Amino acid sequence: METVNLDQVETILENSIIDIMTHSDIINPHIRVEGLNLNIGENHILKDVNLSIPSKKITCIIGPSGCGKTTLLRSFNRMHDDSPNVKITGKIFVDDENIYDEKAQVISIRKKMGLLAQRPCPLPMSIYDNITYGPRIHGAWQRRKLYATAKHYLSEVGLWDEVKDRLKASPGHLSIGQQQRLCLARGLAVEPEIILGDEATSALDPISTRKIEELFVTLKKDYTIVLVTHTLSQAKRIADYIAFMYMGKLIEFGTTDQIFNHPQKQLTKDYISGYFS
Amino acid sequence: MIRFRLFKDKTARLSMLGITILSLGFLLLIGIGLFYMSLPILREKETWKLLTSSNWKPFKGEFGFLPYIISTLHVTFIAIIIALPFSLLTSIYLTEYATEKIRNFFAPIIDLLSGIPPVIYGVWGTLTIVPFISEEIAPHFVEFSSGYSVLAGGIVLSVMITPLLISIFCEVFGSIPKEMREASLSLGATKWQTVKQIILRKSMPGIIAAIALAVSRAFGETIAVLMVCGNIPIIPSSIFDACYPLPALIANNYGEMLSIPSYESALMMAAFLLFIIIVIFNAGSRLILNRIERRYHV
Repeated sequence: METVNLDQVETILENSIIDIMTHSDIINPHIRVEGLNLNIGENHILKDVNLSIPSKKITCIIGPSGCGKTTLLRSFNRMHDDSPNVKITGKIFVDDENIYDEKAQVISIRKKMGLLAQRPCPLPMSIYDNITYGPRIHGAWQRRKLYATAKHYLSEVGLWDEVKDRLKASPGHLSIGQQQRLCLARGLAVEPEIILGDEATSALDPISTRKIEELFVTLKKDYTIVLVTHTLSQAKRIADYIAFMYMGKLIEFGTTDQIFNHPQKQLTKDYISGYFS
Repeated sequence: MIRFRLFKDKTARLSMLGITILSLGFLLLIGIGLFYMSLPILREKETWKLLTSSNWKPFKGEFGFLPYIISTLHVTFIAIIIALPFSLLTSIYLTEYATEKIRNFFAPIIDLLSGIPPVIYGVWGTLTIVPFISEEIAPHFVEFSSGYSVLAGGIVLSVMITPLLISIFCEVFGSIPKEMREASLSLGATKWQTVKQIILRKSMPGIIAAIALAVSRAFGETIAVLMVCGNIPIIPSSIFDACYPLPALIANNYGEMLSIPSYESALMMAAFLLFIIIVIFNAGSRLILNRIERRYHV
């Protein structure tokens, strides 16, 4: 009888069970990036990025600083439109609509996505008005409906009990973690399908970070969530899928387990194990 | 050695404090000085009468300041009403819509406008605005107007304060963080909605401060207004009537006819009134500023 040692068993198992997947295996992606190139002036920031973001999952984009992950994220809701010298070629499909098509309406594209910035940025109005700002700019005006909206989304981010007595107060008095949750609620209030987070917890303390992360995990049943993060541990904690970028290129895409435990590319391996960051 | 360094540090701090306090001293000194100089007439006449009478006959010893006060307020009010929309829209365009190229093209032009000497604005007003009012605008509203009027003063003044307003507004709008615009845009707001509801709101204290500065400047502007406003001490019944603002009164008469009793003191009182108007106005705008900051949560 042939004897097999444990190491070999592991290798055999890995090769047979672990189904190596790439982004093209994602069925019905919510966002599909095809041949995206982005130049700022002379600098080639994104180089032929192809990526599919699965629906109702958390996808984390990781990579060292300056690898273009934030730039990629911001191209999803056309935040580069107003930046001078930015040239974009390629296609990004959201719900099978190319958002860089000439006929695409930037307002309705942005309404589909809530953007959570690095630092919370409350608008210069009361807590209540911050939440209802989105619905109001899209035409909602009935007081009762707006109030219901505010209550619903503030509850959704767990802020209602904390602020219900001071809805008319300035958000400036909230803690930074509360402010970030307020901004998340503000984004949700326009009823998006996708949440984009641009290092949304990097300015927060650990407890607030955890709250936001927990929120993301609960929210993914209703929303597709794409997060840029440079803390690997965060990606490990909450991501379902991970896209690893390096120097403007998408190096590897896969499930969290695949990227962390069985990376296919040497670069990914090195980054995950902390050879560079 | 260390003691010497600390001594220098302390000296620097104290001397700078001293110089800073000096500016307060100047303000008080000017106020008190003007008040002191106008004491003779204040002793001679009833203050309330001086402020509410419109009889200005120095030879008969009658000094009523009302026409001058009203003229000053009138001209300034018209100037700011005209200048405000122009400068707001220009600076919104320059900061929010224009490309860098356009911005860089217009910025020096606007700076240049504010560098033109007032007397040139005066000449321009006399040559173009005055006849234009007298021939084109006034006939639609009143029987006769020489063109030398409240309106002419207001227009010339508005052109003079517009560049000042634009450059402060641009500064104010430019200081709003990019993230705030993005927060609004990412919710699907149009640029115009963002400008109206976020940028203007957030800038409200800055806008008020800019207006206060421009108005203070407009109150005191002398030569350009003097050249186009007619200089007749009456209470203007329409914007097409001539008027006589306080600075013009002082500039036209100081140093002349000082043989008339109380005349110099009256002119000093005109200066004191101007001073008071500006102080009150600035204090008022401070109050408004505080209220706005509380109300808009900025």
